[in-house]
Amino acid sequence: MERYAPGARSDRYGSRINRAQSPWRALTVPYATIMLASVLPFILLADVMPLLPPLGYLMLLGWRIMRPGLLPLWVGVPLGAFDDLFSGQPFGSAILLWSVAMITLEIIESRFPWRGFWQDWLSAGLAIFLYLASAMLVSGSQITLPLVLAALPQLLLSILLYPILAQAIAVLDRFRLSRSRRIG
Amino acid sequence: MAPPSSRRSGFSKKAQYSVFTGYLFASLGALLGLGLLVLSLWQPSTFAPLRGAAQDAVAPAGEGTAAVRSGTGGFFDSIAGFWNAGVQNKELREEVEIARIRLAEAKAVEAENERLKSLLALAEGEIEPVATTRLIGSSSTSSRRFAYIGVGRVDGVTVGMPVRSPRGVVGRVLEVARGSSRVLLLTDSESVLPVRRAEDDTVAFAEGRGDGLLRIRLINLGLNPLKEGDVFVTSGAGGYYRPGVAVAILTELTPDGGIARLIADPSATDFVSVEPVYEPVSAGTAELPETQTLDGGSE
Repeated sequence: MERYAPGARSDRYGSRINRAQSPWRALTVPYATIMLASVLPFILLADVMPLLPPLGYLMLLGWRIMRPGLLPLWVGVPLGAFDDLFSGQPFGSAILLWSVAMITLEIIESRFPWRGFWQDWLSAGLAIFLYLASAMLVSGSQITLPLVLAALPQLLLSILLYPILAQAIAVLDRFRLSRSRRIG
Repeated sequence: MAPPSSRRSGFSKKAQYSVFTGYLFASLGALLGLGLLVLSLWQPSTFAPLRGAAQDAVAPAGEGTAAVRSGTGGFFDSIAGFWNAGVQNKELREEVEIARIRLAEAKAVEAENERLKSLLALAEGEIEPVATTRLIGSSSTSSRRFAYIGVGRVDGVTVGMPVRSPRGVVGRVLEVARGSSRVLLLTDSESVLPVRRAEDDTVAFAEGRGDGLLRIRLINLGLNPLKEGDVFVTSGAGGYYRPGVAVAILTELTPDGGIARLIADPSATDFVSVEPVYEPVSAGTAELPETQTLDGGSE
């Protein structure tokens, strides 16, 4: 009798038969992680200059780039409103900037459908730079040279953090789609 | 990686409409955000209740990290202290000697102060803080410098109250929620604080630069009398802060004043106290002609 190789019926998420995902988990993990990442900088203290990367926005970018089509295009409105409650920015800035980022990424993706890691990082880096710059513009503070210089470490840190965050999102995505129960 | 083919609308009218609707909603959302942004830049306190509720919800987690932060700070300090013990011991002995002398001098000054005050019949007591709390959070991603404290309306905190640590001024309460408040730190670029040099009465404004330093701007221009190492204290002008609380040390001279470092570094403080507004009446009147200076249109 012919036998299959042991791994023939499985993919990287495990066995392909008898695998039922939890619909609840599959739908909530992206939103929950983005919201958690929005709150996290609130409870950490940086009084001297803006040092922490905008984690909520990075998480949104990551999910958007790693899993296109998972988040609806208008998702920047509710998630941005949530981020605005904690970020210290005037209310509405993340709603606007996150929505614009989602639309821009959608357009970039329809122009360049085939892409790889480096292009992802490039577009994410550009998105981070534009976001931080415009967030500073609308924050209501006077733009001076020291203020701009103080924001540079944050920018660098955010861009360097993206690949690590993309890895973390891949792990989260595997968790999101992993088997939750056995049928039968 | 190419996007899944299911996301290409092709000739399907239904798919094309759903793509179009997505873009439409996202654009409307962006416009909504723009509207809200303009509104909150124009009227900064519009969304204060909403933010306040969110702050109150997260405040317990902030209390936790604040406790951990002060705990770990002490841990690292004690390790460093262990290594430096010998040298430090000798230095501290010398310092104590000098401090004893200074203390005696201070007592003399105090006695003289008492005498002069009794001549003027001034009744001045120690200011009782409204509440004592920890810094539970900050706007660590934004270019604005806000901190959050774990006391609010139920503890008697109101807008405008100064917040200080044992070392000096930290900031001023900006928004009050039920159990937490938002504090405008001195380093925020919208923060302006009237100060004077500790040793004489050279008055100046301490403005936040947004990068952790303060810009000292002298009110009387002319020859710059400042020198590095000068200590600035609150002058009491404006009525929010009581006079004589330490603010900053000058580190660099500029033509119209200097650049100063904070004395009370908020992230190094464990507990902060919220004090009542020093002179509510004069704080109110000072706001009328000089709203820009005191409030800076800040939120």
